Amino acid sequence: MTTAVSILPEQQLAVLNAAYRQAVGRRRLRLLLGIAVFAAALVLAGIGAEVNLRTLFTYFGNFVSYFDRILTLDNGQRVWTDVGEWLWGWRKWLKMLGETLLISYVGTLIGATLAFCLNFFAAENTSPAPWLRFVVRRLLEFARTVPGIVFALIFVIAFGLGPMAGVLAIAIHSTGALGKLFSEIVENADMKPVEGIRSTGASWLSCMRFAVVPQVTAGYASYALLRFEINVREASVMGFVGAGGIGQELVVAIRKFYYSDVSAILLTIIVTVFIIDISTGWLRGRLFGKEART
Amino acid sequence: MTRRQAVDTRELRARYPDVFDRPASARLATPAMIVPAFAILIYGLVDLDFSPSRFFAGLSQLGWITLMMIPPDPGSSLPIYLKALGETLSIALLGTTLAAVFALPVSLLAARNVVPSKLLRFPVRRVLDSIRGVDTLIWALVWINVVGLGPFAGVLAIAVSDFGAFGKLFSEAIEGADQKQVEGIRASGGSPLHEIRFGLLPQVLPVIAGQVLYFIESNTRSATIIGIVGAGGIGLQLAEQIRVLEWQKVSFLILMILVAVAAIDFISGKLRFAIIGRRAVA
Repeated sequence: MTTAVSILPEQQLAVLNAAYRQAVGRRRLRLLLGIAVFAAALVLAGIGAEVNLRTLFTYFGNFVSYFDRILTLDNGQRVWTDVGEWLWGWRKWLKMLGETLLISYVGTLIGATLAFCLNFFAAENTSPAPWLRFVVRRLLEFARTVPGIVFALIFVIAFGLGPMAGVLAIAIHSTGALGKLFSEIVENADMKPVEGIRSTGASWLSCMRFAVVPQVTAGYASYALLRFEINVREASVMGFVGAGGIGQELVVAIRKFYYSDVSAILLTIIVTVFIIDISTGWLRGRLFGKEART
Repeated sequence: MTRRQAVDTRELRARYPDVFDRPASARLATPAMIVPAFAILIYGLVDLDFSPSRFFAGLSQLGWITLMMIPPDPGSSLPIYLKALGETLSIALLGTTLAAVFALPVSLLAARNVVPSKLLRFPVRRVLDSIRGVDTLIWALVWINVVGLGPFAGVLAIAVSDFGAFGKLFSEAIEGADQKQVEGIRASGGSPLHEIRFGLLPQVLPVIAGQVLYFIESNTRSATIIGIVGAGGIGLQLAEQIRVLEWQKVSFLILMILVAVAAIDFISGKLRFAIIGRRAVA
């Protein structure tokens, strides 16, 4: 089989080529301009952040040797040669890990409940009044933008040291994040059931309960599980500011240079996060089918 | 007007057995999930030392703190705060860029359609997972031990923890790319490197650019907090002012963070749409 490749006459080709080059050239110029602006921003940022490449190169050995040190026991052996010695504090650490998980669980549940109560006011299609929507949205935005650990810092002063501050901080942050996601689900819900129920003379509350909630619970639960996963990570650092959980142990170990403890605690945290990730992923897949996995 | 017909419940019951007589398993499913969830909640509240008296005492304390925050007032340290804010933005930008630059080659190793060998892919993925399992704040503490206190430690902390996230996201983007263009390059005699450069990268770069922009945005938030452990930026000022109970300065700093985050949100949203069009970004 032969295929004929048609070749255009010379001058027609030249015109097309010129147009092509011009189009590509313009795009390339824009790209170069973008890269130049980006590079300038990077240099500025490098000055602002006191980046010193010499420090990095001098100390990069430190980074490697830091990992070397945290993987070495006091007696100079590698940690995995004597697991019992390495994980000597496992009872205490497991208890703290349990506390971390509880903090994130309780925080997520409180946050999800609050978000559930608020999100109908924040959604475009169900909010009873525009001013109410505005207020609730700004409130959620505030709770979402202020980082959880900043809330924890303030709550530690208000509620005293301990896991309570961590739980409340996580709860507030989750309220903000989940409230937004929940209200987006509500905005995507089908409004025909709502109209149907309203036409029977039902109140706003009944409309929400019988028309919207049945449509959105699966999405809510999926997002709440995802949030739980994120909160486990967040709860693991709440201890840095004294708000409970395993972070307390970790920060002490890092600051006091108990090298092998650092690696042991990090290992327990990583393993826990793995297990939580896998099990919530499995649970979401089980409960809501493949497509609900985000 | 027509009169409403009397409803014969018995007939309805007979006609819709699914609605009126749901099997016990379906009716019990919801309580069976809610009761244990609630039980764990109660156990948690007790175990974590929640008590109503403590809660309300703290709440009134919080009320006082809020009152003392008004009006926000930087005092005489406004220039310091602005500098700290600049530092925070720099940390976010540099950290994200570093992470993206290093994550791109590694993500190729973790993508199924580039590296078919599971033996090679598996360790790369697990390493990325472990990096992601450790919070940015922990990385910041580690880097402080290595390069000393200051914003540089923050840059490296964000770079490392984003490296894990980017590695995963990029490799997913690469796996989602259309394989036909790669095959086309291979058919015309291109080397594996050509396949990646001309077949894969043009498809995934816009997605990746969108993700990087999104991360710069979310890292502005992360960069505000790594200062709390001493890695530079506005978090350092914030933590200090909270510790010395200068509430007016605290509220001013929080406002500054909110405004900065909103501004970055706005700019990166615009840029994202410019780069990838109106497609939604994950």
